[in-house]
Amino acid sequence: MTVETAAADRLDRLGEEVLRVDDLTMHFPIRGGLLRRPVGAVRAVDGVSFALDQGETLSLVGESGCGKSTTGRMVVRLLEPTSGRILYRGNDLATMSEDELRPWRSKTQIVFQDPYASLSPRMTVHDIVAEPLRVQGKYRQGGADRVSELLDLVGLQPEHANRYAHEFSGGQRQRIGIARALALDPELLVLDEPVSALDVSIQAQVVNKLRELQRRLGLAYLFISHDLSIVRHVSHRIAVMYLGVIVETGTRDEIFAAPQHPYTQALLSAVPVPDPRLRGARERITLTGDVPNPANPPSGCRFRTRCWKAQAKCAEEVPALEDRLGAGHPSACHFPELLPVLPGAAS
Amino acid sequence: MESTEPLLVIDDLAVEFRTDEGVVKAVDGASFSVGRGEIVGVVGESGSGKSVTAMSILGLVKSGRRAGGTIRFRGRDLATLPAKELRAIRGAEIAMIFQDPMTALNPVVTVGRQIVEALKLHDKKLSKAAARDRAIELLALVGMPDAAARFKQYPHEFSGGMRQRAMIAMAIANGPSLLIADEPTTALDVTIQAQVLDLLKVAQQETQAATLLITHDLGVVAELADRVVVMYAGRVVEQGDVTTVFTEPRHPYTVGLLESLPRLDRDVDELHPIPGSPPSLLAPPPGCPFHPRCPLARDRCRTERPQPRVVGAGHQSACHFAAELAAVHTEVTR
Repeated sequence: MTVETAAADRLDRLGEEVLRVDDLTMHFPIRGGLLRRPVGAVRAVDGVSFALDQGETLSLVGESGCGKSTTGRMVVRLLEPTSGRILYRGNDLATMSEDELRPWRSKTQIVFQDPYASLSPRMTVHDIVAEPLRVQGKYRQGGADRVSELLDLVGLQPEHANRYAHEFSGGQRQRIGIARALALDPELLVLDEPVSALDVSIQAQVVNKLRELQRRLGLAYLFISHDLSIVRHVSHRIAVMYLGVIVETGTRDEIFAAPQHPYTQALLSAVPVPDPRLRGARERITLTGDVPNPANPPSGCRFRTRCWKAQAKCAEEVPALEDRLGAGHPSACHFPELLPVLPGAAS
Repeated sequence: MESTEPLLVIDDLAVEFRTDEGVVKAVDGASFSVGRGEIVGVVGESGSGKSVTAMSILGLVKSGRRAGGTIRFRGRDLATLPAKELRAIRGAEIAMIFQDPMTALNPVVTVGRQIVEALKLHDKKLSKAAARDRAIELLALVGMPDAAARFKQYPHEFSGGMRQRAMIAMAIANGPSLLIADEPTTALDVTIQAQVLDLLKVAQQETQAATLLITHDLGVVAELADRVVVMYAGRVVEQGDVTTVFTEPRHPYTVGLLESLPRLDRDVDELHPIPGSPPSLLAPPPGCPFHPRCPLARDRCRTERPQPRVVGAGHQSACHFAAELAAVHTEVTR
């Protein structure tokens, strides 16, 4: 099956739900004492739910330690969740054994941040891209042609196939990583900071390529990033994470034009914008302090220790993710308010 | 001798590294200056030579060799200064702020003592009590809560953001006239980055120091700098007032960078990346180093190296066809 015929099938199903994640948690045990018994747990992901449609990009954004990458790794089952469900077209991947998972592995693939660490230096580009085909026993039938087709798809030349990854620049390596991820005709790609290690001019090349591939192949993207400018550019919907939970989620326009959770507002206001004329014209919300330890998160609302609006209720009661303002999208704040923080966002 | 020239003048600087594969020209004839109290941003991508230029100022480039040019600070060429005089300048008149505070802080000495040492190194007559008071004052200035208690703690007891503060306190301890900040906010989370940017502004206001800000982040430069120097393949391709360069760029590389950027503050239909990738510095292309990626390139660009030319008030571009860009820029800044 060529890339285009597989894509035709997916393009027919655009908008159909492909993934539903339900109350997902990942608690990494902390071991201590002489017997290395568990003495606590880092609650890296602590009850996360979202859904993703064919052809759609959902971005998970947040700062280091918010659980976005851990969530992505659970979705492709590189990590086994502590609890919760990962429903892939209705089939729960969360509890499957390795054997049960194998047929599903080809449907969801991941592209990693660091193109220098995620490609073997001992393999040629051809072998890197062919490896998933070999693992799944699909290389014998037209594997070599398939590799050429994939390299072409991501914008690499056929003569690149016999070179080694170290001969390529960062942007080209990331294309190799994308070609590998596409080898088995996946429906869903987890893109874990796919352009964060790249220089600006190269970043734009890879972002454009990812968007083109999505349009052509009908792929669903779970896009994980800390970079809000890129997230604005690539996303249909966005979930903002803080300390293992989603604090606000909505369409791109809802999040950027009408953020209602204080953390979302602080994030958006803190990003420097490359326009000197806006200097001083933006009100910046500067948060004090650092992100608390996920082994011992604050009671009630996890953001309350850095929130300028925190009240007694915030320490006592965990705010549910719900639409309190009737604004069309939910946030996990007891006291949400619409506060457009970006220039030109007020409407 | 106090001259009338700017505080720091970098003139035709060239720095080379010898590698197994040949000589890498990391900086290849870079010229720019920093005036008193001015904040100058140096931007460029990996391999542009921006960090090597910054490290050269204090003679901190280990394996590299100064192959030409001068770096004059207060009219004196730093390269020809005796080691003793250079040491007196380092950490006193010129201080550095690094990307990773742990490279600047000693892990086995309390933060307070490190600041006291920095103070006493350049002021031998300072009493112990006075140095302590001054150190606590500095910690408070950079927004350290409970500065007196923090004075006695070790760097590992500080969070990342707090270490950054401690390092900035140490950098401004001796009232430098030039601060060199090398990627001070890279690798920091957005909310911590915002704290550090505010802090750099405080440090600058407090000391009135000129600041050389090395970064790949055009947003940080737009937010902080008075002037900007754009580097590519070891050369300065454009420089000028920050608003002018961002709104009326006169070098195709600067235009390309700005068009590559996804924007937080507005919707962009399609990014316009610069095709190709930066050249190898082992064998840079002849003529203009940007010509293989440049939409305006023609024969002259492949043979003749463009020199920086004045294209407006305080605005320079090293492009043979800078004038043609005047028509293009509206597309970028609309």
